[in-house]
Amino acid sequence: MSITRRRFLKIGGLTIAGLTVKPAYTLLSASSANKAGKRWAMLVELRACLEKGRCTDCIDACHKLHNVPRFENPKNQKDEIKWIWTSPYEHVFPDQTHRFMKEEQRRRPVLVLCNHCENPPCVPVCPTKATFTREDGIVMMDYHRCIGCRYCMAACPYGARSFNWRDPKPAIKEINQAFPMRTKGVVEKCSFCEERLAKGLGPACVEACKEKGLLFGDLNNPSSGLRKILETRHILQRRPELGTKPNVYYLV
Amino acid sequence: MYNKGLVGSVILGFLLLAGLPFWYGAFTPGTGQPPKLELPPDKKECIEPVEFMRVSHTDLLTTWKEQVVRDGRRTYVSSRGKEYVMSLTNTCIECHSNKAKFCDRCHDYMNVKPWCWDCHNVPNEARK
Repeated sequence: MSITRRRFLKIGGLTIAGLTVKPAYTLLSASSANKAGKRWAMLVELRACLEKGRCTDCIDACHKLHNVPRFENPKNQKDEIKWIWTSPYEHVFPDQTHRFMKEEQRRRPVLVLCNHCENPPCVPVCPTKATFTREDGIVMMDYHRCIGCRYCMAACPYGARSFNWRDPKPAIKEINQAFPMRTKGVVEKCSFCEERLAKGLGPACVEACKEKGLLFGDLNNPSSGLRKILETRHILQRRPELGTKPNVYYLV
Repeated sequence: MYNKGLVGSVILGFLLLAGLPFWYGAFTPGTGQPPKLELPPDKKECIEPVEFMRVSHTDLLTTWKEQVVRDGRRTYVSSRGKEYVMSLTNTCIECHSNKAKFCDRCHDYMNVKPWCWDCHNVPNEARK
């Protein structure tokens, strides 16, 4: 007899154990690679943002810079394209409302944008990989690859994505020549101004806010102003129970 | 052979009609020639040799898009070692400022209809 039963089982066990090496290695190396680079995040200071009332400085700045169309047609609300906009408090934080909350507080507009989630539900559903997560955590759109299936819109729990049902060109009042437009049939959303980050600038909305109600920074930098606030203050996130790990934080 | 004259004239007529595009091209001056493109007056060379650009500018633009959007790399180093910002509007059209007499003229001649301009801007002065 060339091989004993005991020896056969030993080799078999070792072989099966060996199969776990590669998955374990990739899992561990991926989590450590994330910590090395930047991880962009934004903080919305609710009080500073609300004090101005119905100020739209940040929205105007963003939509003008990125050639976001504005259709003057309230009947077809689905035509609306938005990268950054406001939504009533009770819709933004449904888990932070209770039955005694005043109507005024419920209806208060809260600034919302793409959360650039750590675990974005829109990315795995995209059949063409048109939407993907960059190394620095930005959830990006590759408009050339988007086939307009709108799976990502169905997957996003925050409604952060808009579909171009109509040709956006006629609805762009003043075209910013330095930035491309989109075409009918693609999905678009906030990109954390990655084209400005590449030049070392902050997002346009942060720059436009006169109340300094928006703060942008790197979560992987422990000495950043953003990290300091996140560590010590009471912070809200949108629908944290879903496990998407949003990167837009709200300071109460 | 019967009806020599009739058959002969029908064959001749058929050849005349069927070959009309060829006769038109052969006897009209200017047709069949590649279009004359208007090059930027103040620039001597493109980012890559002309032969490469003529054949592969589409591949180059696709590579640029991939690198900018996917990897966040925005600087292109040409084969001559020069650096350029990878941008259709801000680099190519900045220099080839007359789109109608450069891009369109050749695309029309080749009967290709690229949809670059559905989204990418053509500054007003480059449009005409």
